[in-house]
Formats: sequence, C-alpha cells, structure tokens
Amino acid sequence: MFGAAAMTTMLGLPIPLWQRLADGLAVTLQLTVFGALLAAVFAFLAGFARISRLRLVRGIAFGYTEAFRGLPALVVLFWLVFALPSLGWQLDPLAASVIAVALNIGAYGAEVVRSALAAIPPGQWDAATAVNLSRGQTLRMVILPQAVVTMIPSLSNLLIELLKATALVSLVYVQDLTFQGQIVRAATGKTAAVFLGLLLGYGLIALVLSGLMRALEHAAGKWAGRVVNS
Amino acid sequence: MTEDFITFRNVSKRFGKNVVLDDLCFSVRERQRITLIGPSGSGKTTILRMLMTLMRPDSGLITVGGDQLFPADEQQVARVRRRMTMVFQQYNLFPNMNVLRNITMAPMKVLGVPEDEAVDRARKLLELVGLTAKLSHYPSQLSGGQQQRVAIARALAMQPDVLLLDEVTAALDPELAAEVLDVLRDVADSLDVTMLCVTHAMRFARDISDQVLMFCTGKIIESGPPEQILEAPQHERTQRFLRSVLEEV
Ligand SMILES: Nc1ncnc2c1ncn2[C@@H]1O[C@H](COP(=O)(O)OP(=O)(O)OP(=O)(O)O)[C@@H](O)[C@H]1O
Ligand SMILES: [Mg+2]
Repeated sequence: MFGAAAMTTMLGLPIPLWQRLADGLAVTLQLTVFGALLAAVFAFLAGFARISRLRLVRGIAFGYTEAFRGLPALVVLFWLVFALPSLGWQLDPLAASVIAVALNIGAYGAEVVRSALAAIPPGQWDAATAVNLSRGQTLRMVILPQAVVTMIPSLSNLLIELLKATALVSLVYVQDLTFQGQIVRAATGKTAAVFLGLLLGYGLIALVLSGLMRALEHAAGKWAGRVVNS
Repeated sequence: MTEDFITFRNVSKRFGKNVVLDDLCFSVRERQRITLIGPSGSGKTTILRMLMTLMRPDSGLITVGGDQLFPADEQQVARVRRRMTMVFQQYNLFPNMNVLRNITMAPMKVLGVPEDEAVDRARKLLELVGLTAKLSHYPSQLSGGQQQRVAIARALAMQPDVLLLDEVTAALDPELAAEVLDVLRDVADSLDVTMLCVTHAMRFARDISDQVLMFCTGKIIESGPPEQILEAPQHERTQRFLRSVLEEV
C-alpha cells in the first residue's frame, strides 16, 4: 500500500509513516487537551451542582454522574458517532470523541470535586456565615481554595485516564496515535517496534501531563496558604 | 434606652425526641453583657447558633434590634444577621488566608470598606489583641491562643452590634486561655457591643457580665447579676453545677 521502493527511511521506517505517527500524535494531543478542558467544565459544574440548595439541580447532577460513571466510554462514543446521526444529528467524529471522553471522565471528576468540597470542615462554613459572607462568596473565597489542593492529585490521575480513554476513538475511525499505529503496523508488519513506539508516545504525553499537574498542585498549595514548615 | 435589643419568644427546638429548647423566652438589652452557663447539652450553643442563623428554631419568634430574625425571609435574615458575629471554640480561621486577610476580607467584601481603611482597622484590632507582629503569618503558624485572638479581631472587624462567644477558651491551655480572656476584658471595656458569652470561666464571667443566665434542659432556671448567681445561687441545680465547675479547675 505504501510500498514506493525509493522511500527514505528513519530507524528502519519510511518517512511518510513517521509522518502518519506524528499526525496521530497531534490528534491524540488535541483530543486530550480539549477533552480535559471540557471534562473540567463538566466536573466543576456537576460537582458544585451536587451541593446546590436546589433539589432539582442536585438531582440532575446526581443523574449525570451516576449515569456516565456506569456507562463504558466506548458505548457513549458509539452512541454519539453512530446512533445520533440516525436520529438526524450529525456530529463531527473528532468533536463527538472529545464530548464522549469528557462526559465519561467529567462524571468521575464531578465526584472528586463534590467530595473535596464536602471534606472542608463545617466550621469553615460557620465562620464564613459569622462574618456574613454569602454562600457564593464562601464557596469562592473560603471553600474552593482549600478544596482545590486536595482535588488536584485525583484530578491528575483522571487526566491520565482521559489520555488513555482517547485511544478508544480509533474504533470510530478518528485518526489518533493508536489508529495510525495500527496502519503503520499493517503496512510494515513491525508489530513490536510500532507498539513500542505507541508506548513511548503515550508515555511521553503522560509524563508531560503529570509534570504539569505537579506544578499546578504546587501553585494551588500556595494559593491555599499551605505553609511548608522548615 | 433600656429597650430589649434581642428577644426570644417561645422558642422551641428539638432534634428527634430530644427537646433542646422548650418554649424559651428571654431578652437582652443593648450593650448588656450576658453570660450563659449550664450543664453540657442544656442548649447554650443552640441559642448562639440560632442568633447567628446557623440553626433554625422549630417555632417561636426571635427579634434583633426591632427586626425579626425568625421567622423571616432570606434577605431579611441576611440583613439582620449583619449586626451580629460569632467566635467559636475551634477558632475556625480561614487557613488559606494570612492573618491580615482573615481580618480584612469580610469588611471589604461584605461591608464594602476600602482596602486601605480595612487594613488600618485590622492593624488597630491586632494591636488590641496583641498580635501586630503576626500580620502576615498563616493560621497554621500560630498557637491556639493566638489563633483565637485573631478570630476575635476578625469578628470585631465586622463592627458588630452583637458579639457571640461560644466557649472561646475551652480548647486552650489555662495560660493561653488567660491571654484570650484578657483580650476579651479589654474588648468589653473599650467597645459598646452587646455580648452573649457561653463560658465555664467563672471569674471572667463575674468580671465582664451584667447578667448570668443559668440553663438546664432548655430552660432558664435562674438568672440575675453575677454576684448573686455565682456566689449565692438559690436553685439547687445551679449550686450543684457551680460546685462541679469549680472542682474541674
Ligand atoms: N445538629 C444536631 N443534631 C442533633 N442533636 C443536636 C445537634 N446539635 C445539638 N444537638 C443536641 O442538642 C442538645 C443541646 O446542645 P448544645 O450544643 O446547645 O448544648 P450546650 O449547652 O452548648 O452544651 P455544651 O456545654 O456541651 O457545649 C444536646 O443534647 C445535643 O446533643
Ligand atoms: Mg456548647
């Protein structure tokens, strides 16, 4: 298929195939970045909604987290890509993929956000009321800054989960790193080498992501006034 | 002049079968210093928390400064609540803010005080509680007694008409407790606030209060000036309670 004989190679792989892998990496990165942003929106919206004073809002958020934690991300993905169009709703496969992983990871994230907010001692709410802060002010200035610090380690785990979940999109023909890896493997038969390449590709992204999250954790620690005793 | 400032009329509160307040009636005049005493579980904290709107009665009427606090709609509650503030046994400083910010935040955000004015006031209050040097420290870097003094400054920064104090020295070693009580004596001397104070520190209660209310199972069983209640209590239950408190120390 890609068998033009005069092709130049690098590390035994023709350059155009490297190009494919690079393209795949770019798609995976896009899915991860946009998926993470959207998942964060879902997580914080639903996480805050879970402690709303309005029962309806709490109910909707509860329904969302329970439903999407229970549903395999793949089923959601198939739904968005194959089932919705049959109902007359055509989504771009890349957009559908972003939404599917974000819905799934966002549901887990909402639980992280909710439990971190709930873990702040009630005395903090009491003290905020005693100086007459409104509920919104209390959340923004007292509760959230403290809760964020405890959220970040779990959220960074979820970010890695999200990266891994993006590999599912190859099953709906989105040309991410995994998809292109399969193509290259089919073209060259170098199964071990290609999968080693994928391993390195995902590993590298994961490394960068957890590095970023550690930096964020540090910054949030400062924001929350966590003092390092030394 | 001597009009009632805070009134409780037939206030009741129960948790399940546990009747905590039973048709409670009492009133406090403006600038009065009230001490609430009584055995554990007699409803003292419940009363302060109701005034701070951290808890709602089941029935009855509560007014503050002529305005109804209960029953009342949310806006009314927010408005009336603004006249009061509370200091807690566990200090409850905001750990994500340094001392200065703990004190200036609410005046700026709630009362709309400009920052430089809020900082000026915070410095004066820190002087009052003897902590000017700790301005940029975080709560985790302070002793319990220091944290409680910051909490008092934070409360006073709201320029309250009513100061509610719930066993503010109960979590402290005697020496640190004495520091805090000294600060509160100064507060009582220098400010015009109405004070409702739950404490087991009887000498302090005698020093600062005009009136002592003795609670037992959600009712006031005896009340009067501190000399009378603390030194010559009439009620057998009060006598027994005071003996047990004195033995504790
Ligand atoms: N949130 C709650 N849920 C159930 N019961 C409660 C609650 N808060 C208080 N109570 C009960 O109400 C009663 C009165 O409590 P309260 O805290 O007012 O007593 P207190 O006089 O302050 O006692 P102490 O001296 O121990 O602080 C107690 O029997 C307590 O168990
Ligand atoms: Mg109490």
